[in-house]
Amino acid sequence: MVETREVLRLEAVCKSYNIGTPIEIEVLHDIDLVLNQGEFVALIGPSGSGKSTLLNIMGLLDRATKGRLFIGDQETGSLDDTAITNLRGQRIGFVFQHHYLISAFTALENVMMPLLVEHDFPTDEMEKRARDLLAQLGLQQWENNLANNMSGGQQQRVAIARALAMNPALILADEPTGNLDTKSADTVLELMKAVNAANGTTFLIVTHNMDLARRCHRIIEVVDGRIVAQKSAAD
Amino acid sequence: MQTMFIITAVAMGVAVIVFMSALLTSLQANFIKRVLTSQPHIQLTAPDEEARSLRLSSPDRIIAPMIQRPAQRIRSIDQWQKIRDTLRTWPEIVTVSPTMVGSAFAVRGAASRSITMMGIDPEFYFEIVRLPDYLVAGHTRMLTEDILIGTELAKNLGVTLGDKIIVSAASGASRVLTITGIFDLGNKGANERSTFVALRTAQALLNLVGGVTNIDLSVHDIYAAETIALAVAAVTGVKADSWITTNAQFFTAVRAQQNSNTLIRVFVGLSVAFGIASVLVVSVIQRSQDIGILRAMGASQGQILRVFLLQGGLLGFAGSIIGAAAGGGAVTVWHAYMRQADGTEIFPLVIEPSLFVVAVLLAAVTGVVAAAVPALRAARLDPVVAIRG
Repeated sequence: MVETREVLRLEAVCKSYNIGTPIEIEVLHDIDLVLNQGEFVALIGPSGSGKSTLLNIMGLLDRATKGRLFIGDQETGSLDDTAITNLRGQRIGFVFQHHYLISAFTALENVMMPLLVEHDFPTDEMEKRARDLLAQLGLQQWENNLANNMSGGQQQRVAIARALAMNPALILADEPTGNLDTKSADTVLELMKAVNAANGTTFLIVTHNMDLARRCHRIIEVVDGRIVAQKSAAD
Repeated sequence: MQTMFIITAVAMGVAVIVFMSALLTSLQANFIKRVLTSQPHIQLTAPDEEARSLRLSSPDRIIAPMIQRPAQRIRSIDQWQKIRDTLRTWPEIVTVSPTMVGSAFAVRGAASRSITMMGIDPEFYFEIVRLPDYLVAGHTRMLTEDILIGTELAKNLGVTLGDKIIVSAASGASRVLTITGIFDLGNKGANERSTFVALRTAQALLNLVGGVTNIDLSVHDIYAAETIALAVAAVTGVKADSWITTNAQFFTAVRAQQNSNTLIRVFVGLSVAFGIASVLVVSVIQRSQDIGILRAMGASQGQILRVFLLQGGLLGFAGSIIGAAAGGGAVTVWHAYMRQADGTEIFPLVIEPSLFVVAVLLAAVTGVVAAAVPALRAARLDPVVAIRG
């Protein structure tokens, strides 16, 4: 039997804002969630349900008020900001609704950014890795184009390549196709699935698009800060 | 575009600093050179003679309550050879030159003029007062029968090189001396009165054979002259006056000029700093989403801080390189075009290479310091808030 490896685990995670004030509000309530290696998961829910907050906590961009978060075997509650930053850089990649590419850089340079931030990579190796990723996402002929000279679909594919640069175990994508036309959205989704299948990278995709969600392995539904349903897409 | 504007602003600021500094430094160096190459940095003279009151054995009964200050006769500095030898061992002192100064009359035919006669040892004295630089005719030979006179005195007495004049001192002694050189000190009064003879000639005319009335000194650090003068007076017991006290107004003017130059530099520097800071603050706001993404990708606060500090430093550095070149060029062109009525340069231009190095370094440091606040703001951005914009 093949052992399933956990990429991320949330245990009774809560998140509150304005703590200690009369307007304190809890937006996430006792979230328990496990993401395994190689999963392709959709996170759905109405606007204001807490999806983005959950994504930020899972991405170590924000801290939970209560509960525990494991990235792999690493419990993150006791880590300081530097360790959190390092862990985030090495284990998690982000794709947002907007690509957030640096417009003055080429596609290749944008993909190399996380590797530059990490310092440990020789330039040749960085370029080779960035080129390989752009090729995997069908952008080899665009690698020297400035980011702002590319179409929305191409920009989002560059953003995915950038998220994959550090070979993370988990990619968190917040409405990655939200700004794209149907054809481009379909291309981007298929490319993410291809990367998931080829590299075994876990994807968690926040979306309002049920067609997209149905093409994932698992769908998690959040309503009012609680996970109300987890089901296989086949269901 | 924004970067271009701020680099231009920095360049203009640095150009102003370089231009002003080079100009004022040259002007000041020229003033000081003119003043200090025609007089010693420190002059030692014998202490004033003072009358002593007569007292009885009781210290509180004074017989002569009014004490008349005695007339100060010309007299030699006691033990001047010993003082000279001692001072020549002081590392702060460059040259020690004993001189004999007194009044006399220069007579030629029916014309006579009162003069200040300076008996000098040319070997040392010309190292302090660069008389050869002011010579307009003849040479600075200084044998016992020779005399150097100013242009105005030559005009008044109707004499020229090789002519002889009678020099009579108050002691009654007189000599016939040959004019071997005529100088122009750039001051009409000085050209009318100043004359130079050999030390031995002056000693004989003033009836002080073997004595000197002054010991002239030059020092390495002209601004330390007053301190050195005080030390010399304390050690030797003679009166020591530095150029700072004998030219108090000039020194005050030099200091005022230095202060105004410093103030200009400070205010221009501040305006450059605020310019860089304001551009970087806007840059942080404009790039907050990029900063958020970099933080999400694992960039530490320290890395973000360094990026903006480096940006500030580079803005200052780039602007200062252009500004230093522009300022240096501007002052050179100004100097080339601004001429005196006779076509000669107004004053020699002194452009120290260190001025450019200091200006560039200061601008780069100013850029880094100015970037500190925006850089901290960038580093402390919450990535979630930054990405949301």
